[in-house]
Amino acid sequence: MSIRSEVLAQVNQIAKEQDKRLAPLTDDLALLDSGLDSLCFAIIVARLEDQLGIDPFSNTEEGFPVTLGEFIKFYENAAK
Amino acid sequence: MPQSDRVSLWNCVSTAGNLCGRFLAGVDATVTLNDLASGSCLGGRAEELRGHSVLIATADQLSAALALIELDGVASRLVLWPAGLPVEYLPFVIASAAVDSIVSDGTIVDADFTCSPKIAPAACDRRASHATEWILLTSGTTGRPKMVAHTLASLGGAINGAGGTGDRAPVWSTFYDIRRYGGLQIFLRAILSGGSLVLSSAEESTADFLNRAGAHNVTHISGTPSHWRRALMSPCAQKIHPQYVRLSGEIADQAILDNLHSSYPDARVAHAFASTEAGVAFDVRDGREGFPASLIEHRGADVEMKVEDGSLRIKSSRTAARYVGQEAGVIQDAGGFVDTGDMLELRGDRYYFVGRRDGVINVGGLKVHPEEVESVINRHPHVRMSLVRQRKNPLTGALVVADVVLEPSPDSAAQGVENEIFELCRRALPRHKVPTSIKFVDELAVAATGKIVRRHA
Repeated sequence: MSIRSEVLAQVNQIAKEQDKRLAPLTDDLALLDSGLDSLCFAIIVARLEDQLGIDPFSNTEEGFPVTLGEFIKFYENAAK
Repeated sequence: MPQSDRVSLWNCVSTAGNLCGRFLAGVDATVTLNDLASGSCLGGRAEELRGHSVLIATADQLSAALALIELDGVASRLVLWPAGLPVEYLPFVIASAAVDSIVSDGTIVDADFTCSPKIAPAACDRRASHATEWILLTSGTTGRPKMVAHTLASLGGAINGAGGTGDRAPVWSTFYDIRRYGGLQIFLRAILSGGSLVLSSAEESTADFLNRAGAHNVTHISGTPSHWRRALMSPCAQKIHPQYVRLSGEIADQAILDNLHSSYPDARVAHAFASTEAGVAFDVRDGREGFPASLIEHRGADVEMKVEDGSLRIKSSRTAARYVGQEAGVIQDAGGFVDTGDMLELRGDRYYFVGRRDGVINVGGLKVHPEEVESVINRHPHVRMSLVRQRKNPLTGALVVADVVLEPSPDSAAQGVENEIFELCRRALPRHKVPTSIKFVDELAVAATGKIVRRHA
């Protein structure tokens, strides 16, 4: 499973679990407009750490991702 | 009429001058301090509250801020009801704090006195006749709020004069509710240091708040690390251009300090240690997490600190006077030190915060007591025991996870039980308290006291 599809799978899964309505998932979607709140993203980051073995938020020099595309890239870069 | 030399908020405001240029901005209204010089948010009825024990319970922070300015020095006691506190605690708070009058905007409770950000012209006698006691509500271990008594002197002890750097008066803002200690500090800084204040609202999105703060040219702004992590995920983070960014209320890690520094390269970034009981102890301005070990037992200053049994102890003139109400406990030990319950670790020449001794899990600023979640999980018929603990998280600081021991039973298929436990928790608990993952284990360690061994890190 690619990192992109893993991220998208978790986003969909958490939205379902947390009973949130998701905006259409495009790369330029702002995370804050996605329909998910900080708790949802916290859970997504934890699940992705379990699935991918990486947590790019813990030691980053760059700024936090703002869009979904940047979020995916954040993980892809960390996996390199 | 007898003159009084007591210090009150209004005394400080009215003697500072430039009232026209100073404002308090809420979501829907902005009030200049000059409006208050010849008017009232209480319909001019503040005098009726002289000497009374007053609960201020409003949804709107601006109304509460105005009432505080009008009533400090007038009321004998002001009880601050923060947003989000369950109304079921109202009777307990009213009884414990001997509240005899309620000021409200009509949203939380029926008001004896209505307050609103619409300032009505009124001649007000704001003579300070009382050293008003300020009662802050903080979450207690039983779930019922603890009531912590302060005075304007203890609350304002860490604030020294004009906070402005340069020629512009500071415009403060905070993500906090000003009815909680961290937010109240910012409210008082704005009022006592000649500045203005942009108030947040529980109803408002982070983006809208940042836009509003930007429009008011906020220069000084504070929040918890979780507030800031959320703010920096918003494109609107670039709508503000602060000179000063302050963090408090949670452990500020290096990642959030670095991110704030790169987002606001012109701002001084400081993280402060304060608690409702202990008051403001210190702030750290070198941009690094933790604090210099030299701060500990550095006597002569107005704060004395020590580490005992691993936790930070603070003695200062800014600590709260006492808890109000019965079975309330004591704040200071015999030597005058407040045990903060925050555990420290010395690495090299710095101390680092490692967590809370009492094991409260802090999910993005919201407290979770492991025991209350365990009691829900334990309701499931197949569950023998459970241990709820935190899992560190870079966005909310922590998440709640559970270790569960099932009853030995041939038909307890783990997958089905797991879903049932989640469902049970979702029905019984607010979202942040629901475990985000469940691990089935064979056993949990039990100490000689008969209690589950908890590791708080």
